[in-house]
Amino acid sequence: MDWIVGFLVLIIKLALVLGGLLLLAAYLVLLERKFLGRLQIRYGPNRAGPFGVLQPLADTIKMLTKEDAVPEAADRVLFLLAPAVVAAEALLIFAVVPFGTSVTLLGKKIPMVITDLNVGLLFVFALASLGVYGVALGGWASNSKYSLLGGIRGAAQMISYELSLGLSLVPIVMLARSFSLVDIVRAQANYPFILVQPVSFTIFFISAMAETKRIPFDLPEAENELGAGYHTEYSGMRFGLFFLGEYVNLQVFGALVAVFFLGGWRGPILPPVVWFLVKILAVSILMIWVRGTLPRLRYDQLMHLGWKVLIPVALLNIVITGAVLLL
Amino acid sequence: MTLYGIIFYILAAVIVIATGLAITRRNLVHAVIYLIISFFGSAMLYFLFGAPLLAALEIIIYAGAIMVLFLFIIMMLRVDPTALRRPSLRHWLPAGILGIIYLAVAALVVITDPGSQATLKTAMARPRALGQFLFQRYWLSVEIISFLLLIALIGALYLARAFLKESREQSEGEL
Amino acid sequence: MKSAWEAVAALATGFATTFKHLFRKPITEEYPEYKRPLPERTRAVIILTRDPDGGERCVACYLCSATCPVSCISMQSAEREDGRRYASWFRINFARCIYCGLCEQACPTSAIQLTPYFETCERDILKLVYEKEDLLVDHGGKDNEYNFYKYAGVVTKVGDKGAHIKEAEPVDIKSNLP
Ligand code: SF4
Ligand code: SF4
Repeated sequence: MDWIVGFLVLIIKLALVLGGLLLLAAYLVLLERKFLGRLQIRYGPNRAGPFGVLQPLADTIKMLTKEDAVPEAADRVLFLLAPAVVAAEALLIFAVVPFGTSVTLLGKKIPMVITDLNVGLLFVFALASLGVYGVALGGWASNSKYSLLGGIRGAAQMISYELSLGLSLVPIVMLARSFSLVDIVRAQANYPFILVQPVSFTIFFISAMAETKRIPFDLPEAENELGAGYHTEYSGMRFGLFFLGEYVNLQVFGALVAVFFLGGWRGPILPPVVWFLVKILAVSILMIWVRGTLPRLRYDQLMHLGWKVLIPVALLNIVITGAVLLL
Repeated sequence: MTLYGIIFYILAAVIVIATGLAITRRNLVHAVIYLIISFFGSAMLYFLFGAPLLAALEIIIYAGAIMVLFLFIIMMLRVDPTALRRPSLRHWLPAGILGIIYLAVAALVVITDPGSQATLKTAMARPRALGQFLFQRYWLSVEIISFLLLIALIGALYLARAFLKESREQSEGEL
Repeated sequence: MKSAWEAVAALATGFATTFKHLFRKPITEEYPEYKRPLPERTRAVIILTRDPDGGERCVACYLCSATCPVSCISMQSAEREDGRRYASWFRINFARCIYCGLCEQACPTSAIQLTPYFETCERDILKLVYEKEDLLVDHGGKDNEYNFYKYAGVVTKVGDKGAHIKEAEPVDIKSNLP
């Protein structure tokens, strides 16, 4: 009996999180387009429904009804699989993200996290490092020059920035003394880690933008040199999956920034889930602002920033944090 | 057979099949994909045996980083799979002999311990426990390995230096 | 160190600029509600104009059809009893036209002209094939005064030999007198 209840609760939680993520992804697209529009002194989409609130719906219908074209010379199976890898990887990361305190329902304690893995942080990295396959294989399988170049750039960029991403979080693990995201949030009961680890936060934020291939780091897409980069050949909902993956990734990194640096779901007055959403949105808006302001980096600048600035600083940060913790 | 036993055998079969496919594919990218699947299988085996840290590291390092580098190089080089020659007997022989020895030893192990009394147990190694174990019991090996890696790093740096100098001289010569 | 500081300052300026933009009124002109008056020479839908006397200008010389880079003009020439040529039918496929304006440049009679009107969207693509009746208008377009037959050395009602503008009297080849 207990087993069945537990299973049901899990299924409900999964459905809620998935639905929430997809809905939020759709509206993040709208938010991004609106906000970016205002940054560039335009309105952004405002035709579908009042203030364009139905725009995500219209976009979805459009993408679902478009032809799903596969280039003749493409590697069919890999071509069809690549977008799914990107979207699935992004969605799966949320399995370990805690989005609230546990609530008590009918005398049972239900934790507001799908699974509290004791290697949660590494799980996040494992999945994030798999996201690169969607990009690289999508680019390779399309069998077109632009896609291949985009795929190669994507692979190089993502493995370079994964290093600084991982290294920037080592001090956090050292402070929280756990890999579990739930424990990390618990460790921030008194103060959020951004106050003691601003350097780590900056490195994580920059690397997260590179991992999600957002604008100062969107070399794999680089529309004015590569068409659309690794997803040049994709159409219809398969392109939609890449798109979805990108925006789910945006939320994932928003959520991770919230969990690692902003105290997760903690906050006064409002309920935890709301606080968590607010933090995700705040990080997303910050990322959109960056996108509206900075131009794309050149390839050598990208590599320079990753390997010669972020990684050494992250290593130094680890050593200093370790020294301070030991003293 | 317990549920864990069933999962174990399924995973083992997946690993063996994926690895087999990986070494027989002519298309290098496909071979890499099968290898990744096989790494996934091993990671899940680790997880099954209660070593989630190892599982995560296997995926991050092998599936996530090393295989991406493989893929990266294959994509850069664009090797034509039809142009690859079938390996000759001279290449095959050492591998074949080693494989046979390996199989023989495995058979010996199974025969000497018929019934295989050791049942699969699921335990849990927390990351903290594993870390302590590694750095207290095996600190020397960890240090030695890190030294090795450091040497490899310096070697790579040296090679890159020489190469850079050469190319710089070349480009200066062209000017 | 100084360059790092400069970089940070530059970044901050950029972010401040975009932040200020948030509070500015967008400069977007919202199309169906507000239609911007387009310049007279904007290139969009094509018309066939008439000369000041009300006659069709087009002499079916095929020059526009020949110069059109996407070959979207077709016609059939014919001749009236008085010697004036005209197009018995004239067709432009606007689904193919790229509005380059080359036909207008090629036309010796100023008959074919591009106008600023562009709202021709259709759901059925064949509705974008315009016939002569759709193209012909009752005015002279941009070049109101021009009348080709007043310049051309062709005998029509408008003028006999030597009677056209800038045309010399015909030479009497049977006489030596200057
Ligand atoms: S505008 Fe250009 S494309 Fe259109 S009919 Fe004239 S010549 Fe052809
Ligand atoms: S529109 Fe002008 S160029 Fe075209 S056939 Fe008529 S007279 Fe000739």
